[in-house]
Amino acid sequence: MKKTPALEFHDLTVAYDIKPVLWDVDLSIPEGQLVAIVGPNGAGKSTLLKAALNLAPLSSGFVRVYGAPYPEMRKRVAYVPQRESVDWDFPASVLDVVLMGRYGKRGWFQRTNAADRTRALDCLGKVGMLEFADRQISRLSGGQQQRTFLARALAQDADLYLMDEPFAGVDVVTERAILTLLRELRDTGKTVVCVHHDLQTVGEYFDWVVLLNMRLVAAGPIAEVFNTDKLQATYGGHLSILERAATRLLKDRRGRARDAR
Amino acid sequence: MSPDTVILLTGSCAAVACALVGTFLVLRGMALIGDAISHAVLPGIVIAFLLTDSVSSLPVVLGAGALGLVTVWLIESLVRTRRVKEDASIAVVFPALFAVGVLLVTRFAHGKDLDAECVLYGEIAFAPFDTMTLWGMVISRPLVALASVAALNLVFVVALYKELKIATFDGALAATLGMSPVLVHYLLMGTVSVTTVASFESVGAILVVAFLIVPGSAAWLWTDKLHWMLTIAAAIGVTSAFLGFHLAVYWDASIAGCMALAMGGCFVLSWIFAPREGLFGRWNLRRVTRERFAEALLLERLARAPGNATEVAAEFCWTAEQVARHWATVTSQKWITATGNAWQTNEAGRAQIQKIVGD
Amino acid sequence: MVAAMDFTLFNVVLGSALLGLVAGALGSFAFLNRQSLLGDALAHAALPGVCLAFLLGIALDIPPKQPLLLLGGALLTAWIGTLAILAITRTTRLKQDAALGIVLSVFFGAGIVLLTAIQHNVGAQQSGLDSFLFGQAASLLPSDVWVIGILGGIVLTVLGYFFQTFRIVVFDPACAATLGLPVRRYEILLTTLIVVAVVVGLQTVGVVLMAAMLVTPAAAARQWTDRLGHMVMLAGALGAVAGATGAWASSLEARLPTGPLIVLAATALMLFSLLMSPRRGLFWAAMRRAANRRRIAVENLLKDLWRLGERDGRFASPRAVSDVMAVRAASMSALGQAQSSGLVRRNGTLVQLSERGLQHAARIVRNHRIWELYLSRRLDLADDHLHRDAEDMEHALDDDVIEQIDEALGRPGTDPHGRPIPRGVPGSTVEAAL
Repeated sequence: MKKTPALEFHDLTVAYDIKPVLWDVDLSIPEGQLVAIVGPNGAGKSTLLKAALNLAPLSSGFVRVYGAPYPEMRKRVAYVPQRESVDWDFPASVLDVVLMGRYGKRGWFQRTNAADRTRALDCLGKVGMLEFADRQISRLSGGQQQRTFLARALAQDADLYLMDEPFAGVDVVTERAILTLLRELRDTGKTVVCVHHDLQTVGEYFDWVVLLNMRLVAAGPIAEVFNTDKLQATYGGHLSILERAATRLLKDRRGRARDAR
Repeated sequence: MSPDTVILLTGSCAAVACALVGTFLVLRGMALIGDAISHAVLPGIVIAFLLTDSVSSLPVVLGAGALGLVTVWLIESLVRTRRVKEDASIAVVFPALFAVGVLLVTRFAHGKDLDAECVLYGEIAFAPFDTMTLWGMVISRPLVALASVAALNLVFVVALYKELKIATFDGALAATLGMSPVLVHYLLMGTVSVTTVASFESVGAILVVAFLIVPGSAAWLWTDKLHWMLTIAAAIGVTSAFLGFHLAVYWDASIAGCMALAMGGCFVLSWIFAPREGLFGRWNLRRVTRERFAEALLLERLARAPGNATEVAAEFCWTAEQVARHWATVTSQKWITATGNAWQTNEAGRAQIQKIVGD
Repeated sequence: MVAAMDFTLFNVVLGSALLGLVAGALGSFAFLNRQSLLGDALAHAALPGVCLAFLLGIALDIPPKQPLLLLGGALLTAWIGTLAILAITRTTRLKQDAALGIVLSVFFGAGIVLLTAIQHNVGAQQSGLDSFLFGQAASLLPSDVWVIGILGGIVLTVLGYFFQTFRIVVFDPACAATLGLPVRRYEILLTTLIVVAVVVGLQTVGVVLMAAMLVTPAAAARQWTDRLGHMVMLAGALGAVAGATGAWASSLEARLPTGPLIVLAATALMLFSLLMSPRRGLFWAAMRRAANRRRIAVENLLKDLWRLGERDGRFASPRAVSDVMAVRAASMSALGQAQSSGLVRRNGTLVQLSERGLQHAARIVRNHRIWELYLSRRLDLADDHLHRDAEDMEHALDDDVIEQIDEALGRPGTDPHGRPIPRGVPGSTVEAAL
């Protein structure tokens, strides 16, 4: 029996005004993968995530999450927005923000309880932020802000994690820590989909890649689709970046082959 | 001149003076700074009134106008402390200054002909009777004041047209071209302040906001060209002044209030009927766009593999009526060619996809 | 105090304080949502509603100044105003600021038209309607205070109930939507609460000054705390204090309008908070900057003394004050400061590094030179750019960082200009004290 894909887009077209942002995207992302969405600026990467979350206006097509429309599967999906999308000067502590991840489990007239608090602290521990639980969010570094968002997503206990540039503007230590965490999630059968901007690390970090430039250029396991031809088709003429990425990719492959031996 | 003519001319001059500078406020996203200035000049006007017993002499206009610049500077300084964001800075600064003004009016201008209500909506009906002698002619003083300001604003906009245009649309470019966006900014703010003070006794501190913001906003819905925006805004201002005057006579109500209301009416009409930005225009554009998208999707499908209407209908989640409609369009436009029962997108069809997707 | 207050005044003060409490608490959310001027627009948009309700009262032959009737009318048009703002920003290219300005001024124009038409046509009965323009706290009746109290109580109860939800809806609406919260409905609820607070406030402070009642206490409270709960409570408390103070002060003399005094009291609280709050206060920030400047001046003085010592190898020998001052127009106050912290000793026109001063100077010079070396080796900066940069950094770098850089550079002996990097105090060169 074929497993239900974690996330499917059928003939998806999204237009904010007159120009389409995403055009006729047909894509199905399998469960249990660590997936990168890659493409040039304005390629519709963030919009693809937003379309999955019902946050973007669909001109045609539809989205399925674990085989059902998103509203039915809402509790199984967690979203990590771009760091800049919120006002970090907002008067809230790190724990306050992580607790927000638990609101989805509560109805209109319920409040978060001690169990939610324990779970939130637990998630903060996983991202190495336990000691900052009471810290005001405006006094966090970029990396710590990203970890806070990640902890909030973990607190949602979801199966599918959609993340908008989780590695943008974070320090090297945080980048490693986030990567480890994402791999742990994948290893427990969760699906993680990240918008990613650094071509050089795609091959090393992810299992699966979606190459997007308004239309879907290619999607599949890294080894099958992440090559210079496809990148060229995605990015057009910016060869220098591509070549560096490709060399890096080759090195990684050779390295992995060596490790395997 | 008959009193009615004087009132109409005064109202029109106020409308033109405000529309010319207000258009830039709207374009620069500073509509509420205009609101703040118009309130915050009040203490300046009151102090000047108490000192000179008049509200439209030149020293008053300049002195109170300077307070407008101080307001802008105060708001910007508060934002620069990074303790308060811009919207909150505006909301903290102008009520405080306005409160000082109201306090001064109530406390010291008691019994003189400046009262708290005239602060809010002015009294343009008095314009014909407040006269001065100019070159041997007896003429309405508010009319002279507002006509001068309107002329001044026209000269300002024409003389600095290029600078205002570039500083509004691309401050960084203006700076690299050797213009000073900051100077242009403060000149504009100074002009807004002077205009507000000059309009004060005729339309009051709050209704002047309508004169500043509404015509420019309405004009932006009709055109993208700056010179047309300015022209349309001024035209809307003058039309509203005429309409408002007649409404006021009919209802026996505040003339300036009716003029503001007429501007609101002009805005609503623009909002509904403007060709591209209006509600009808947008609704129509969205409908047409949706059709073109659907047709292009159909062409895209037939470019990948040949097929016929029945197959396509099964693949797309479209109603039979939708499929028939789009199919009719692509065949009548000769965007697809048939080989037997298998239709395929031809060169013209591919060009059409390119035109719609346009990457 | 209260005993001396007559009943009417007590009434007015209580009503104003209640209004301040409700407006301050709700204003916190408008403040954080960057919608500070929404309250302003809504207050203006309420004016035509008040007038229409008055006309309705006359038409139905009920007392037209019934507070609930007027509030109902105000709520109605304020609501229409809110919808108009939303519709304009959604369906046109105009931004929030223009939408607010249009609704504010056109609705106010409509209000003025109705108000003057009522004044001219209905006549005597109108007295009191124009109190909505500037507010007339002095005319608050006990029944008005009851209305404020009950509506305010309802508003605050709802706010308390949905506090956690409002927090996430305001902080991160996209995330709130993905959590399955009906974001649009909560936003509407929050705006409705603000409309109620605005309408309640019209009678007391009036249309124009209502914006300040919402925002100023919130901006003040934000300076004192980083917790939303504390901020909301504090904003309410500050609003209540401003309301009570303004109302009381306006009773002291004739012709002191209540609304402006309340707003000025709130502004004073805001200014005090902006300057004096412990962590965010501008006064303390300025003090810290000044202290930092003084420290840098002292450190530069020590460094100059050290450099003079490098010329002849006698680091601790007394130098003429005028020579030291000549190096970089140093101020006498820096000298006094260094002297009182025991870093230098001074005797008449001679000045000399103390034991502690020597250690300190050696450390600063070492930091400066190691940093220069690091810049030149690692960043390939031209030599003439090094000094200025090191000049700024030497005061900011902590010893741990310098230690790490020093180790990474292999504990070098000289800086890029060939000058020695001091390691420890040159003990042999210490000379007898003056």
